[in-house]
Amino acid sequence: MSAKTTNQKAWLLVAPVVVLVAFNAVIPLMTVVNYSVQETFGDNLFFFEGMKWFEEVLSSERFHDSLLRQLQFTFIILAIEVPLGVAIALAMPRRGFWASVCLVLMAMPLLIPWNVVGAMWNIFALPDIGLLGKTLNAMGFDYNFTRQPFSAWATLIAMDVWHWTSLVVLLSYAGLSSIPDAYYQAARIDGASAWAVFRYIQLPKLKHVLTIAVLLRFMDSFNIYTEPFVLTGGGPGNSTTLLSLDLVKIALGQFDLGPAAAMSLIYFLIILLFSWIFYTVMTRGEDR
Amino acid sequence: MARIELRDLRHSYLAHPAGDADYALKKVDLVWEDGGAYALLGPSGCGKTTLLNIISGLLTPSEGSILFDDVEVTDKSPEQRQIAQVFQFPVVYDTMTVYDNLAFPLRNRGVPENDVDARVRAVADMTDLTAMLKQKAAGLTADGKQKISLGRGLVREDVNVIMFDEPLTVIDPHLKWKLRSKLKELHQRVKTTMIYVTHDQTEALTFADQVVVMHEGWVVQQGTPVELFERPRHTFVGHFIGSPGMNLMPCELADSVARVAGHAIAIEDAPKTPPHGDAALELGVRPEFVSFVDVDEGLPVDIVAVRDTGRNHIVETDFAGHRVRALVPEGMPVPEGRAAIRFDPAYTRVYADSWLFE
Repeated sequence: MSAKTTNQKAWLLVAPVVVLVAFNAVIPLMTVVNYSVQETFGDNLFFFEGMKWFEEVLSSERFHDSLLRQLQFTFIILAIEVPLGVAIALAMPRRGFWASVCLVLMAMPLLIPWNVVGAMWNIFALPDIGLLGKTLNAMGFDYNFTRQPFSAWATLIAMDVWHWTSLVVLLSYAGLSSIPDAYYQAARIDGASAWAVFRYIQLPKLKHVLTIAVLLRFMDSFNIYTEPFVLTGGGPGNSTTLLSLDLVKIALGQFDLGPAAAMSLIYFLIILLFSWIFYTVMTRGEDR
Repeated sequence: MARIELRDLRHSYLAHPAGDADYALKKVDLVWEDGGAYALLGPSGCGKTTLLNIISGLLTPSEGSILFDDVEVTDKSPEQRQIAQVFQFPVVYDTMTVYDNLAFPLRNRGVPENDVDARVRAVADMTDLTAMLKQKAAGLTADGKQKISLGRGLVREDVNVIMFDEPLTVIDPHLKWKLRSKLKELHQRVKTTMIYVTHDQTEALTFADQVVVMHEGWVVQQGTPVELFERPRHTFVGHFIGSPGMNLMPCELADSVARVAGHAIAIEDAPKTPPHGDAALELGVRPEFVSFVDVDEGLPVDIVAVRDTGRNHIVETDFAGHRVRALVPEGMPVPEGRAAIRFDPAYTRVYADSWLFE
C-alpha cells in the first residue's frame, strides 16, 4: 500500500517536466503531423489527404537536390572540423598562462550570436569592400560569393569551420587533459614515437569525446539555418539552399503547410537515422 | 644491467628553492648494486616517487648526478637509460592485444619480428599471460594489466633496472600476495635490478633484500629487513617499521648509563662519548624486547590496557608517565595492575635528535 503512495508522489514530481515537454515538443510535433496529412485552405478548411504529401516530397527533384546539398555540406565540414579540432587541441599548451589564453580565444566564436556570424562573414567576404573578398580579388582570384556557386560554397564552409571547430577543440582538449601522465611516461620508457603516442594513447582516449563531437556537429550542421540565410540566402540560384532553407521557403514563402510539414518529419527522421548510425558505428565493439 | 649510483642528489619542484623545506629530496647518496631487489619505503609525500622519477629520467634533479655503471646519465632520457617502470595504476595500450602490448617496446626499437615473437612468448610464459595473448588488453583485470606493464619491462633484455611505483595499489587483497611472490620469483630468474616503491612495510620487507627508508626528503636508513628491525638508525624507522612501533621516551645519559625518570636502564655497548650539550636524547626499545619480570626486579609500571591481536597481546603500560608497549606472546600470562618490566639490553638504543647515538 505504502509503495503505491510513493509511486504516485513520484509521478507528481515528474509532472512539471511532462507538461513542459508536452508544450514545447510533443504538441508542436503533433500539429506538424496533423498538417502533414491534410490539405489546408483559407478560413481554416482542412481536407484529409493521407500520405500524399510524403509521396510528393520524397519523389520531388527539389527535395533530392537540397538533401544532396545538405549531405555534401555536413560531410565536408565534419571532414574538416574534426581532424582540425583534434590537431589544434593537441597543439595547445596543457597548463600555465597560455593554456588559459588559448581556451578563451577558442571559446570566442561559440559566444557570437549565429546571425551575427552570418552578417560578419557576409561583410568580410564582400568582393568590393570586404577584407577577405577584396584581398582575394587583389591577389588575382576571381571571387564573388554572390554570383559564383563555388565561391558561395567555399565561404559557407570557411564560415562554419571558423564558427564551430572550437567546439571540437574544447571537447578534445578536455579529453586530452584527462589522460594521466603515467601513460605518457610509459610511452617514453617504451620508446614510442610521437605518432605512436597519438595512435595508441591519445586517439583511443579521445574516442568518447569524439563520438559526442561528431554527433553534435552532425546534428547542428544538418539543422543549420541562420548563418547561410544571412550569408547567401540560399543563392546564387539554389546553389546553397540547404534543407532548412528550402523548408522555410516552402512553409513560409509559399505557405504550403502540408508538404512543408511532411518534409519536416522526413527531415527529422533523417537526422535521427544518421545520428543512430554514427553512434552505433563509433561505439561498436564496446562491451562495457 | 647496471650498478646505479646517486651522488649528492637534491631536488626541488620550485624554480628558486630557498631553504631545506623547499626541497622534496634533501640529500640522497645511494648505491644500488647490480641485480639487487630493493624497496624504497616511506609514507606518502616523503619523496620516494620523486626519487624514482629521477632514476628513470622522467625528472631531472636540481642538483647532483646519477651514474649507471659509473657512466653519468643525469641528462639522458628514459629511453636512453634503458629502464622499465610499472606504475601505480595499470598503464596498458587499450586498443592493442596483450601480444602487441608486450611487443610494443621492441617494435619501437626496430627489433626484427622473429626476435620480437620469441621474446614476447618467453615473457608471456614468465608472467602467466600466454593464454591471453590474443585478447584486447583493455578487457583484462587490474592484476592482468599490471602483469602486462611488468612484461613490457621484462621483454627488453638490455633493461638496466625495473622500477615499481606502488604497483599493488589497485590489486585485490587476495591477489596481492600472489603477484608479490610472482615478482620475487621473477627477480630470482632474471636477476635484473628491481626497485620497489611502497608505503607498505609488509610489501617492502617481503620483496626486498635491502630496504631504503625515506622520511621528509631524507634517506634515513638503508639495510636488510633485520637491520631495520633490530637497529633502526632513526626514530622514524623505529616508529614506521614494526607493529606497534618502537617505544620512545626521553632519557639522560651520563657515564655510559641511561636514565629514564631516575631509573637506570642497562644498555649493551652504551655510547661512551657524551652527546653534545643541547641534543634531545631518547631511549628506544621495540615492544618485542620489553618483557615482564618479578615486581622487585624491574622497572615499575602500571598496566593501562591490553589488546589481543590473535598471535600476541599488546600490553600498554605507564612507566613514570611514559607510554610503553610490551608484546606478550599468546599463552604467556598477562599481568594486571602493578607490574615490572625489563628492556633487553642488546636491543635498547639511545637516539640523539632522532638519530641513533652510538
